[in-house]
Amino acid sequence: MATDYIVGIDLGTTNSLVAYMQGDSPVVIPGEDGLNLVPSVVALDEKNQIIVGNAARRYLIETPERAVYSVKRLMGRGVEDIQDELKLFPFQLAEDLHEGEVLRIKIGERTYTPPEISALVLRQLKRNAERFFGASVTQAVVTVPAYFNDAQRQATKDAGRIAGLNVLRLVNEPTAASLAYGLDKKKHGIVVVYDLGGGTFDISILKLHDGIFEVIATNGDTHLGGDDIDNLLIALALDDIRGDLGLDVRRSGEAVQRIRKAVIEAKIALSSQPSATLDVDLPGGKKYQREISLEVFEQMIQRIVDRTVGPCKQALKDAGLKPEQIDEVVLVGGSTRIPKVRRLVQDLFRRAPHTDLNPDEVVALGAAVQANILGGGSEITKEMLLLDVTPLSLGIEVAGGVTDKIILRNSTVPASATQYYTTQVDGQTNVAIHVLQGERELARDCRSLARFDLKGVPPMPAGMPRIEVKFLIDANGILRVSAREQRSGKEAEIDVQPSYGLTDEQVENMLLESFDYAEEDFRQRQVIEARREADTILTALAKGKKNQAWQELTSDERRNVETLEKALVAVKDGDDYHAIRGGIDALNEATMRLAELMMDTAVSNALKGKAMDDTDLEEGLQAGHPVAKAEFE
Amino acid sequence: MPGEATSSCWSCGTMRAVHFCSSCGKVQPPVPVDYFTFFGFPRKLNLDTSALEKEFYALSRRLHPDVFGQADTRERSWSLEQSSMLNDAYRTLKDPIKRTEYLLRLEGVELEEQSKQATEKARATGELKKQVVPPDLLEEVFELNMHLEELRIQKKLGEDDPALLEEIGKAKLSLEEKYEALFNELKTEWNNWDKSVDNGTADGTNDDRRRILDKMLDVLNRRNYVRNLVRDVNEALEN
Repeated sequence: MATDYIVGIDLGTTNSLVAYMQGDSPVVIPGEDGLNLVPSVVALDEKNQIIVGNAARRYLIETPERAVYSVKRLMGRGVEDIQDELKLFPFQLAEDLHEGEVLRIKIGERTYTPPEISALVLRQLKRNAERFFGASVTQAVVTVPAYFNDAQRQATKDAGRIAGLNVLRLVNEPTAASLAYGLDKKKHGIVVVYDLGGGTFDISILKLHDGIFEVIATNGDTHLGGDDIDNLLIALALDDIRGDLGLDVRRSGEAVQRIRKAVIEAKIALSSQPSATLDVDLPGGKKYQREISLEVFEQMIQRIVDRTVGPCKQALKDAGLKPEQIDEVVLVGGSTRIPKVRRLVQDLFRRAPHTDLNPDEVVALGAAVQANILGGGSEITKEMLLLDVTPLSLGIEVAGGVTDKIILRNSTVPASATQYYTTQVDGQTNVAIHVLQGERELARDCRSLARFDLKGVPPMPAGMPRIEVKFLIDANGILRVSAREQRSGKEAEIDVQPSYGLTDEQVENMLLESFDYAEEDFRQRQVIEARREADTILTALAKGKKNQAWQELTSDERRNVETLEKALVAVKDGDDYHAIRGGIDALNEATMRLAELMMDTAVSNALKGKAMDDTDLEEGLQAGHPVAKAEFE
Repeated sequence: MPGEATSSCWSCGTMRAVHFCSSCGKVQPPVPVDYFTFFGFPRKLNLDTSALEKEFYALSRRLHPDVFGQADTRERSWSLEQSSMLNDAYRTLKDPIKRTEYLLRLEGVELEEQSKQATEKARATGELKKQVVPPDLLEEVFELNMHLEELRIQKKLGEDDPALLEEIGKAKLSLEEKYEALFNELKTEWNNWDKSVDNGTADGTNDDRRRILDKMLDVLNRRNYVRNLVRDVNEALEN
C-alpha cells in the first residue's frame, strides 16, 4: 500500500492544489516554485510549449489569445449553454463547432476541449506530486462542486484519464472540506458547509455521527463565484475608462487582463481595508486610477452574494431543518474571505462560521483524507465514512415531453431505480430512452444527459417484451445503465450517446501521453530540421571554399569561418536544438561576405557572357540565412 | 423468508448470512430480496427508526464502495450493487408513507398516483386523471374551490378581501388537521397489519389482511388528496 501514492486533488476554477496524507494529517504538496496554489491557467509560449500555473499567468497579459483560465466553467457544457459566459470571459471557440458537439477552445493556433485543458492542469499537479515523492503517481481523488451534474462530473473524470490519472473517486467539494474539518476531533451534530469559490457555489448540510459523514441535503449554483465579482468590477473600470479617458479597450485582451489583475488585487485588499485603489497602466501609455470604498464594493456585490441565499434555504428545507438546529458552519473557498459574505452566512444560520482552516486549501486536504480512506485507511481514518448524495433528480422522458423522476435529488449514493419498458410495434427491436437531470417538470427544461438506444430486443408482438432497465448512480454521482429483456433473459445492448460528453474513444485519443509525445515530437522535429539546415550550409560552404571568392577573404575571416564550421560539425549530430541553431546562425553571419563575393562573381561572370555555374547559386548560403526563416509566430 | 436462504460463501465456503460471509466477512453477490428482509426486519409497519438508522450505518461501514477501494473488480461491483440497494431500502423504510406504499406494492396492491408529478403529467399529456373526492370532504372542497376562484378574481382586479382570506385560512387549517388525523388513522391500520403478521398467515386471516391493505390504500389516497388541496391553497395564497 505504502508504495502507491494516492493523492487528493482540488481542481478549482481559479486555483488547483494537490495534497496527500502525511501520517495523521493531510498536507498540500507545493510546486517547484514553492507555492501551494497552482493557478488553473494554461498558456502556449512562443515555441508552442504548454505552460501551466503561475508561469502561465504572465501570458494572460502579454499574449491573451494564447492563454486560458476559468475553464472549469465550460466543463460538460455545450456551445448553446455558454452564451452568457462568452460575454464575460475571453474564451475563443474553435470556428467549426457544431451544436451538441463538445466545445473546443482556441489557444494560439491550437484547439483543446475543456477536459483536455483541465487535464493539463491535472498533469502539472501530478508532476508536482511525482517530484515531491520521487515516484510516479497514477491514482487520485478529485473534487468537484457538489452541484455538478452528470456531464460535468464525467468531463472531470475524463480530464483525469487524459492526464494519466486513475480517478478513484470524485468527491464533492463541501463534503471533502467537512472531512478535513472533522478529522481532528470526534464530532457529532449538524454541520453546514458554505463553499463560495472562484466559479461555483455549493451548500451542503451534513450529519456527523461516529465518523460517518452523512450528507442530508445539498444545493448550489455551478456558475456563481469570485469570477462574477471580478467581472462586475471589470465592467465598472471599462465604463470609467470609456467615460473619463475616452478609450474603448473592451476588445483589447491585454488591457482587459491588466484590469482584471488590478481588480482582483483590489477585491482582496477590500477584505481587510476600508478602501482600495485600482491602478492600471493601459497599453498606449495612459493610466487608469480609481478608489473603491468598501461601501461601494459591498453595494456592487450585493446581488451576487444574495444569489447564495436561495440555495441555502432550499437545502435547509430539503433537510427538514431550521437554522436553529445547525450546530456548526464551515466556510470554504476564497470568496468567503469577503466580510459581507461572512455576515450573510452568520445571518442565515445564526451562528459565527468557522474560519480556522485555510479556505483555499481545505478542499484539497479533504480530498487527501478521502484518498487515504480509499487506499485502505489508517489509524485516524479507519472509522471515517462518507455518505454523499446526488444533487439533482434523475428522470426519464415520458409521453408528452414530461420528466418522470426516478431518483430524487438528495438521495444517498449509490442509488438505483428500475424501470420497465415494452414495445409499441410488432417485431420492434429498438427502444429509445431519454435520460434527464433536473428538477423541472418538462423534459425540455431539464438537462439532457444521454439518449440510450436499447438494441437487440428479441422480435415479439407489441407490448410483449418486458425490458428491465436499471439506472444506477454510483458513488461518484455518475450514472450507469444496464438493461435486460426479461422474457428472453437477454442483456439488451445499450448505445449511449452522451448529450454533452466525450465518447470513450475520443478520451482514448486524447490521452496526454499523446500530448507528451506531441511535445517530444515537436522537439525532435526541431532538432531534425536544424540538423538538415546545418548540413545544407556546411555543403554550401564546402563548395564555396572551392570558389575563387574564398581566396578573396582575409585570412582572419577564413580562420573565423573554419572555426565556426568545426563548431557546427561538432554539435550538429547532438540533440541540443539551441546549440545547433546557434552554430548555424554564427556560421551564417560569418559567411555573409563570402556569399556576397560569390554573388558578385556569378553576376560579373554572367555579364561576361559566361554560363552561370550551377554550383555557385544553388540553394546554399543564401537559403540558409536566418532573415527569411520565421520561427513559429 | 426468501432472503434468508443460505448458500455457501464464494470465498471460504462457509454458510453465509445475506450480505457477508458469517465466517470470513467477505461481501457476497446481492440476492434479490425485499427491503425489509435486506435489513433483517419482519414485514411490519411499526418500525423503530433509530434502530433502522443504526443498522443502516453499520451496514454502510461494511458495504459502501469506499471500503472496497483496494478490492478486486468483482467485489467492487457487488459492493456497488449491495450499497445502492441498502441506500434505496433505507430511504424507503425510514419514511412512514414511502414505507407503507412499499409494503402495499409488495403485497400486490396497485397504487393510485396522486403525486404532483402525476398531476403535471396528466395536465401535459391531456389524459384524464382519476381524482375521486372523498365523500366526507365533498362539501368542504366545493366551498373551498369557490373561495379560491373568488380569490383569483380579486387578485386579478387587485382587490383585497380580508374576510375571504380568513375563510381560506380557516379552511386550510381544517385541512391540515384532517391531514394529521389521516396519519393517525393510518397508524391504526399499521397496528392491525402488524398484529396479523404476528398471528401468521396460516390461520385463515388472508381476507383480514386484504381488508387492512385496502383500508390503508384508501387512507393514503384520501391523505394525498388533502395534501394536494393544501398545496393548491398555498399556491393560490402565494401567487
